[in-house]
Amino acid sequence: MAGMTITEKIMAKHSGRKHVQPGENIWVDVDILMTHDVCGPGTIGIFHEKFGRNAKVWDKERVVIIPDHYIFTADQKCHRNVQILRDFVREQGLPYYYDPEFVKNELGMPNPYLDPNKTTYKGVCHKALPEEGHVRPGEILLGTDSHTCTAGAFGQFATGVGNTDAAFTLGTGKTWLKVPPTMKFEFHGEIPPYLTAKDLILLVIGEIGVAGATYKTMYFAGQGIRSLTLEDRMTLTNMAIEAGGKNGVCDVDEKTLQYVRHRSRIKNWEVFTDDANAQYCYEKQWDLSTIEPLVAKPHSPDNRDTARNCRDIKVDQAYIGSCTGGKITDMIFAASILKGREVKVPTYVVPGSTEVHSDMKRLNLVGAEKGPNEKSIEDILLDAGCKVGPSGCSACLGGPPDTFGRLGGTEVCISTTNRNFPGRMGSMQAAVYLASPLTVAASALTGHITDPREYVVKPIQTGMAGVL
Amino acid sequence: MQTIIRGKVFVLGDNIDTDQIIPAKFLSYNPSDPEERKYFGMYAMDGVPAGQSGLPGGNTRFVRPNEFKSDYAIVLGGKNFGCGSSREHAPLAIAEAGARVVLAEFYARIFFRNCVNGGYLVPCETVERLVEKTQTGDELIVDIDNCLVTNVTRNTTHQLKPLGDVKPIIEAGGVFQYAREAGMLKPA
Repeated sequence: MAGMTITEKIMAKHSGRKHVQPGENIWVDVDILMTHDVCGPGTIGIFHEKFGRNAKVWDKERVVIIPDHYIFTADQKCHRNVQILRDFVREQGLPYYYDPEFVKNELGMPNPYLDPNKTTYKGVCHKALPEEGHVRPGEILLGTDSHTCTAGAFGQFATGVGNTDAAFTLGTGKTWLKVPPTMKFEFHGEIPPYLTAKDLILLVIGEIGVAGATYKTMYFAGQGIRSLTLEDRMTLTNMAIEAGGKNGVCDVDEKTLQYVRHRSRIKNWEVFTDDANAQYCYEKQWDLSTIEPLVAKPHSPDNRDTARNCRDIKVDQAYIGSCTGGKITDMIFAASILKGREVKVPTYVVPGSTEVHSDMKRLNLVGAEKGPNEKSIEDILLDAGCKVGPSGCSACLGGPPDTFGRLGGTEVCISTTNRNFPGRMGSMQAAVYLASPLTVAASALTGHITDPREYVVKPIQTGMAGVL
Repeated sequence: MQTIIRGKVFVLGDNIDTDQIIPAKFLSYNPSDPEERKYFGMYAMDGVPAGQSGLPGGNTRFVRPNEFKSDYAIVLGGKNFGCGSSREHAPLAIAEAGARVVLAEFYARIFFRNCVNGGYLVPCETVERLVEKTQTGDELIVDIDNCLVTNVTRNTTHQLKPLGDVKPIIEAGGVFQYAREAGMLKPA
């Protein structure tokens, strides 16, 4: 019998079977279901319609609701949508809800939290899920957001679903899945200081195209992946969807276990590995020393080029944020280039979560607790002329017209986000280049797309930032 | 399930993402509210760049300004239709505008799932690429049981791929109805 991959083993376990193979349709038990303010109201509506007004969710310990998309906007419908989540949480008695308590039923823009340590609000769901201990190896996570695949970095099966699927799972704890075949992307060597996982995933997507992994698992393997921080691995799996992938997955190692042990209340989970005779539908290997800093040009994440080739592209705006590029290590990457310098173009910084925002105030440039006379990461970014906004999805997906950092005209923007579809950041006339936080920071300094090797002269230490 | 759908076709290109189908700024409407739900019809395909909207000529809106319903019962795309965000608002918007079937070479998986499980649209895969062989406004007959699409305007017939594993769910009208019929859920 053929061996199985991590994804196949997780699916087999959750369907009560010893063996599954790609192409089979199976019903699985779901460990965690996550929704947010954009898809929650629709999901809740379908749940009530299909299961009845007095129905209860299948397991309230397994439902996580994280408002993150449209929080800092005066759009009253957005405030109302947060209230729909609150009403559902109260009705169901759900323990895992992260309320933006400053969003009140009042006209106008809500006042953001003053202290990121003193709010129940978290920010981007894909960052908050592992932070709050809802992500464990070997589990199945569904979320009403395509970037739910981010959590595959922790050795689990995580994928995005729509409102109907989410409502079905809310009532039953189950969903049907087709077992995907696995593509294996193997990286050798150690990550060089001028690259981040963003460059690796842009390399992969450029290689296979935006539909290259449709219906498939993207498995990121090798010493090169082990050399990445856990946060950087999340950047890889986050963008599996940009190649059409059903999920992305990484091996579990000591970095994963350290993080999950520290965060998860549930202490038992199962670590799966690929069998030696596991079957792959595609295999490709790279040596990290041969890779250059990359960008994805407008208007597609697979429109790959080197940052070097794009040096004549003038930029009007830079954006550092999102589930892809708004983690604390991303902030350290950017700050290490911006330190003591001044940005030439408006540069918007959006922490991925309130924990990231808190760490930006708490930590120094090497990810350690800052001393009394030392600059914090946020200080360094502010000193360089960046505008720092409150945590959330913000302008990554455009959002309502009053969203922080949103594009409104014919700007050229270089961004650490994940999508550059037409209109994605708010303007159909704008052009978005996707790049690593290093490349975005370097480009913000010069006003044109800039290879970060011009600025990165030594390894960037991130210490325990984003871990403990 | 309606197995023969006749109507005008709206033609799009490749990689039509869900931000084009329904831009993020409209996602504050609640699809569970019957009054607000109508606006997804009004803004369906609002994010498609003008030159690509209604091929081959472009500059044709799927839904006329300030109207809730489209003249087109059928949408035709190329490769990777519905990629990007998992927003179920996308198939919902197309259906709310009045279309009943989408034809494309292949789909992004979450969009496909949402069409099927939510019972919004029948997502048919074409055997050959039809984008360049079809013009927006052509009259089509889609025969789902026989896997055929007839272009009445051009007097041509093309094959569709069988719906396969998802056909029982589509026939039931969505995953809830399917699971009830299969005895997995109690009757509502």
